[in-house]
Amino acid sequence: MLSRTADHLFWMARYIERAENTARVLDVTHNTSLLPDDTEGAETHLWYAPLNISGCAEAYLTKHQLVESRAVNRFIALDPDNPASIYTSLMLARENARAVRGAITSEMWESINATWLELNRMMPTIDHANPSGFFDWVKERSHLFRGVTLGTILKDDALNFIRLGTFLERADNTARILDVKYHILLPSVKEVGGAADYYQWGALLRSVSAFEAYRKVYRDVITPQRVAELLILRADMPRSLHACLNEVDTTLEIINGISGRESRRRAGELHAALHFARIEDIFNQGLHEYLTDFLEKTDLLGQEIRSSYLAHRLEFIPVATQKMLAQVQ
Amino acid sequence: MDQTAKTTSVSLIFDEMYTTAGEVRHHYQDIATQLFALPLEALAQKQREAEMLFRRLGITFAVYGEAAGAERLIPFDIVPRVFGSQEWARLERGLKQRVQALNTFLHDIYHEQNIIKAGIIPAEQVLNNNLYRPEMCGVDLPNQVYAHIAGIDLVRVAENDFYVLEDNLRTPSGVSYMLENRKTMMRLFPDLFATLSVAPVDHYPQLLLDTLRESAPAYIRDPVIVVMTPGAYNSAYFEHAFLASQMGVELVEGKDLFVHDYKVYMHTTEGPQQVHVIYRRVDDDFLDPTVFRPDSSLGVPGLVEAYCRGNVALANAIGTGVADDKSTYMYVPAMIEFYLGEKPILSNVPTWQLQKPEDLRYVLAHLPELVVKEVQGSGGYGMLVGPTSTPQEIAAYRERILASPANFIAQPTLALSTCPTLVEAGVAPRHVDLRPFVLSGKEIRLAPGGLTRVALAEGSLIVNSSQGGGTKDTWVLED
Repeated sequence: MLSRTADHLFWMARYIERAENTARVLDVTHNTSLLPDDTEGAETHLWYAPLNISGCAEAYLTKHQLVESRAVNRFIALDPDNPASIYTSLMLARENARAVRGAITSEMWESINATWLELNRMMPTIDHANPSGFFDWVKERSHLFRGVTLGTILKDDALNFIRLGTFLERADNTARILDVKYHILLPSVKEVGGAADYYQWGALLRSVSAFEAYRKVYRDVITPQRVAELLILRADMPRSLHACLNEVDTTLEIINGISGRESRRRAGELHAALHFARIEDIFNQGLHEYLTDFLEKTDLLGQEIRSSYLAHRLEFIPVATQKMLAQVQ
Repeated sequence: MDQTAKTTSVSLIFDEMYTTAGEVRHHYQDIATQLFALPLEALAQKQREAEMLFRRLGITFAVYGEAAGAERLIPFDIVPRVFGSQEWARLERGLKQRVQALNTFLHDIYHEQNIIKAGIIPAEQVLNNNLYRPEMCGVDLPNQVYAHIAGIDLVRVAENDFYVLEDNLRTPSGVSYMLENRKTMMRLFPDLFATLSVAPVDHYPQLLLDTLRESAPAYIRDPVIVVMTPGAYNSAYFEHAFLASQMGVELVEGKDLFVHDYKVYMHTTEGPQQVHVIYRRVDDDFLDPTVFRPDSSLGVPGLVEAYCRGNVALANAIGTGVADDKSTYMYVPAMIEFYLGEKPILSNVPTWQLQKPEDLRYVLAHLPELVVKEVQGSGGYGMLVGPTSTPQEIAAYRERILASPANFIAQPTLALSTCPTLVEAGVAPRHVDLRPFVLSGKEIRLAPGGLTRVALAEGSLIVNSSQGGGTKDTWVLED
């Protein structure tokens, strides 16, 4: 398929997934904020986390002096000036879809376009004191779009690049959610393993729709180590790093063309590391160090995918010749 | 305007649905009994539903001069414009005849130039025209077709009296509205379609694909076809994307293509892939910066050379503009007689060429009665409609004419037919025109219908969407 088309599809999927994860992050923060915590500066500490996850803390502080729930919510959810906001993500998802609307099904376009129109319509009525309904809506629209995609699109490279975008973004976002939770929220908790800790990790599990899964898998109290294991290593947990890399790895295998060898190698390496890793080793290395390293590697993989498939290549090997080469090998 | 004047002026104009005696024409009978039996509020409700559908589908166009990316809906009217099968058959013959003559003319002027030698059309009219492309001289095109897609604008002034207003042979747009209007009408009025035999139009993308396939270089068995767009901010971008997806071909921009060894390739995820046919919706001037405008980034360096060597087909061909120029227009009936030896079935509007001193004198004396257009204008921009203009507007336009008379032509103000249209006050007659899309490959084809445009303002004759016009579904009833 056309490189530019693949590029737009890849980013369309990433922005939709990003909007969903941002809603998840805000939701877990909102739920945590409802728990009693009378520590000095607790609110600032709590609401700094989502700013940090989405990498827009600096941008926020140039606009606002105080880190407090309503302003953070508004900034991350709806501020058009914030390049990481849900609003901006949905706008960019639609812009990318619009650029390739011939390459996606009309149902997909209608879904993404309707999301955008509805967002603009509901903007003035969103209640920042009680935003859960809005977050649910964002998640639902993302679920809907994924469902519409799988239900209508031909299983060809268009879908493959959409899946690549989705799962790379999701791996990145899950790693960030986990990292920020561990390093920013944990120190604020008075007693590790206490009730507050239980609720906070519980909220985190809920934010990635993993609470019921945790109960099913472990049938035991919630501990940070197990949460990390579930979200990093469990291949059957849809938003875990392992599950995401499973998808990225298989998708890269089925994409046509011989130009993606290096992407496949990197993805395979990353996938194998997750496949054989032990949570004890990860904690020994340090969860934060492990996740930072993972984020770096996914970023490099993303760059490699872009230069293999999505950017315009200068070398001249016509497709017909490539097919012949591929058959010979 | 007082009430009497209004009644008289309306009664002189042909109405698509009603005879002057106020009777419903034969092919509108069922619509009259079913559609107009609905209360006005129900019709208005349908109209709102239609608008919702269009907005949801994102069927929009960008308006130049507004903020980048501003998207607007073209107003859609739910009262269809209907043709009986007989009158359509005659129109179809006339359109095919006209397009055939135009294609023959284009081949001729880039080859033997017989029509010039025979003295039918002056050499300077063709050769000095800045849309004439000397690069095309002697280039042989598959099927000798230049205008693969032609949008011919027609107006009706009486029962059997159709005039061609313009032959759009470069990158005519609007066919997506023809298709979406139909889809919307079928959703809104399933009962009407169940009882009437409305000839379908939704196979148009297939006809277009067939036409493009047939236009590929002769030695290519399974051509790779693409639609080339100037990009997402072009006013007709929706249509470009729509047609590409309906045909199942790639929608490309200039930057997706490159030329290597005089062949055109696109960048794909699998590497470079050769392209054989480009349905380009980019004007000649922007196609190739090495030949035409060097400042344009929309095109592909080397494309023209690849094209002239026959390694890629362009639809429409380079250099078709010389035949849809408004000053060439007046020679089309003569072309039909010269090339086909037939009487033209569709009429031309009498046209004054302001480069001729006697025409100029007449037109300047009669500006308030006439329509004056720029020779190379389009989209309803830059024209003067005398009868609806203020003395100040007319005076200003006179200055423009005097500055360069050769840039203008003038025509009498035609009494465009009206069609009942749902407006705020209820159903009222509004002026309409029609743009059918004629496809030329190995044969000439057209879908039964076209884009009916309607001037929504009372009394207005300007139907262009860029000027606030709307559209209607066009029905051809089968017997």
